[in-house]
Amino acid sequence: MPPTLHAEPKPRTKDQGPRTRLTHLDWLEAEAIHILREVAGQAANPALLFSGGKDSLVLLRLAEKAFRPGRFPFPLLHIDTGHNYPEVIAFRDQRAAELGERLLVRGLEDSIARGSIQLRRADESRNRHQSVTLLEAIAEFQFDALIGGARRDEEKARAKERIFSFRDAFGQWDPKAQRPELWDLYNARIAPGEHIRAFPISNWTELDVWQYIEREGLELPAIYFAHEREVVVKPGGLLMPVTELTPAKPGERVERRFVRFRTVGDIPCTAPVASTARTVAEILVETATTDLTERGATRLDDQTSEASMEQRKREGYF
Amino acid sequence: MTQQIDHGVLRFLTCGSVDDGKSTLIGRLLYDSKAILADALQAIERTSARRGHSQVDLSLLTDGLQAEREQGITIDVAYRYFATGTRKYILADAPGHEQYTRNMVTAASTADLAILLIDARKGLLRQTRRHLALAHILGIRHLVVAVNKMDLVAYDQARFEAIRSEVEAFAASLGVAHLTFIPISALEGDLIVDRGERLDWYEGPTLLEFLEAVELEDPRQGRPFRFPVQGVLRPHQDFRGYTGRIASGRIEAGEEVVVLPSGRRTRVKALWLGTLPLSEAFAGQSVTVELEDDLDISRGDLIAGPSQAPVPTQRLEAELFWLSETPWNPARKYLFRHTSRETRAHLQGTAQRLDLDTLTRHAAPSLALNDIATLAVQLQHPVVVEAYATDRATGAFILVDEATQATVAAGLVR
Repeated sequence: MPPTLHAEPKPRTKDQGPRTRLTHLDWLEAEAIHILREVAGQAANPALLFSGGKDSLVLLRLAEKAFRPGRFPFPLLHIDTGHNYPEVIAFRDQRAAELGERLLVRGLEDSIARGSIQLRRADESRNRHQSVTLLEAIAEFQFDALIGGARRDEEKARAKERIFSFRDAFGQWDPKAQRPELWDLYNARIAPGEHIRAFPISNWTELDVWQYIEREGLELPAIYFAHEREVVVKPGGLLMPVTELTPAKPGERVERRFVRFRTVGDIPCTAPVASTARTVAEILVETATTDLTERGATRLDDQTSEASMEQRKREGYF
Repeated sequence: MTQQIDHGVLRFLTCGSVDDGKSTLIGRLLYDSKAILADALQAIERTSARRGHSQVDLSLLTDGLQAEREQGITIDVAYRYFATGTRKYILADAPGHEQYTRNMVTAASTADLAILLIDARKGLLRQTRRHLALAHILGIRHLVVAVNKMDLVAYDQARFEAIRSEVEAFAASLGVAHLTFIPISALEGDLIVDRGERLDWYEGPTLLEFLEAVELEDPRQGRPFRFPVQGVLRPHQDFRGYTGRIASGRIEAGEEVVVLPSGRRTRVKALWLGTLPLSEAFAGQSVTVELEDDLDISRGDLIAGPSQAPVPTQRLEAELFWLSETPWNPARKYLFRHTSRETRAHLQGTAQRLDLDTLTRHAAPSLALNDIATLAVQLQHPVVVEAYATDRATGAFILVDEATQATVAAGLVR
């Protein structure tokens, strides 16, 4: 079992003197707050990508710490594939309302209606197509910076991406022409039509995210916790949820299993994992002992080729 | 699970020449510290088999981009993460070949510690001298020399000691006071995480033991208070808070501060982390500061302790790292970004370019990618700086080309 860090250090005793060292979560939090404030200080019209998923919920807590008692200096933006779990969408709306912040939603359906997205099959994964709707929303609202919850530990291409990541007028990421990024001096300057993607939790791992959720007592959509669900066990062991969008194919056996989702995304490309974890503490234990990466276990879209995330990022993906 | 003390985050970088086993070392650290999960391992097992390797090639773990896989090289700095029982590690993996200065400066700017890899068969090469000089200029506090490929010199102690003497002599000429030497074999896994049995003559810690134990006494904590203002929160008439991350020192409610460059003095009324009141705050924390008096303070100002406050200046001497393919144009003005402050800069005088091989300086008419040189910087508005050697946060800046908006240089205030 990999060693794990704990969310809370031992209580300090008097002889340790004044506290001058940050725990790893305090350090990550302080860095992320600084990044959020740099976006607010440098960009004229930023937005924060909020899906209702765990990483974006962490971003909201960080934004509270960065800007309360003020309002957030940016709206929340969700690109809705139309294929999200309804409980996640309900949670998204509820959280935005609780915070009293403005939530903008743009749907793939609108891009499909405009013809800017053409599906080959009605039931194909819409994950990749999100980039089109996202870039259309950026153009519509004239956003110059988008704050996202991507982490460098998720994927090989992301491991090389800057915290302030430049996008050209076509929303493309060019891994060979990244701006040098030194100390904590970020450069959000752009020409009209270009934009910046800013990733405040770049340096967090999946375990850090769960430890922070536990420490902060953050609420999450119910599908992050173990529940009984109808699934088809695919060859190789991947669990596919049986939904209206992803019905069992002829010959496939539908089983009821206890599962939870490690990531929450477009239904046809996000699989749950077998789990009995009903609390964040139990998820932390499972996360510390898992032998599968977050995306390897659950994201069908990342497995088509070694370069698929990089490819999508070049096209303007999150 | 047992409750343990959390020693926070250690940021380090690995530097090496081509073929001295850096990727293998990183793969070994991640693999032996169990940061690599089964599916990632299976993926590199498949690739190793496809490429005809007899054993798993751990260096594949750090292969990132498509072009890198195609060309078998690394292009850009990659960040890796692992944790041990007491500490979280952020590893900046900087490629050692072309553009190495740009990459290494980027990786080194945030690092507390650097691991310099030396091939035991080759000893101290030109590249390692340059890495050591750069690490020293950039003020990395902990330097570890990992003498790798000990398996290829029959784990010979005399060879290790000879390299140590050679590196120590060179380091002394730079003014580097302290280095830690560890003999390793990244390929065989000796003295990385596990001790192995072939280097019994070495009694010091393994590489990971050293990383776990290295004391990160933070020199910023003992310095006077420095708080670059990132923004102002003014939700209603009764609250005006200044946001920022404390660069140095500590502060308590009630203490006197001076606002720079205006020089106005006031006291701290309250400190906040979001809506949580704090009685004190220290370097590294992102907080919101309320002051007793309503002063005209905005993004880019510095709130400082009243004693030893730096004097605002419009002229400074700097060590510049040129990071752009487009050379310095002495006719141009550049955007100068320092802490949260922005102004325009004109680089003046004759660049004294540093030759990293001879450590001598020569006058240069221009600066090109990867050049390092001292220059005078004339600024449009006053800035509040300190020497980089005194304070990394108030002594570092970047230059941005306003035509392309690209970051073209990094600078250290002398």
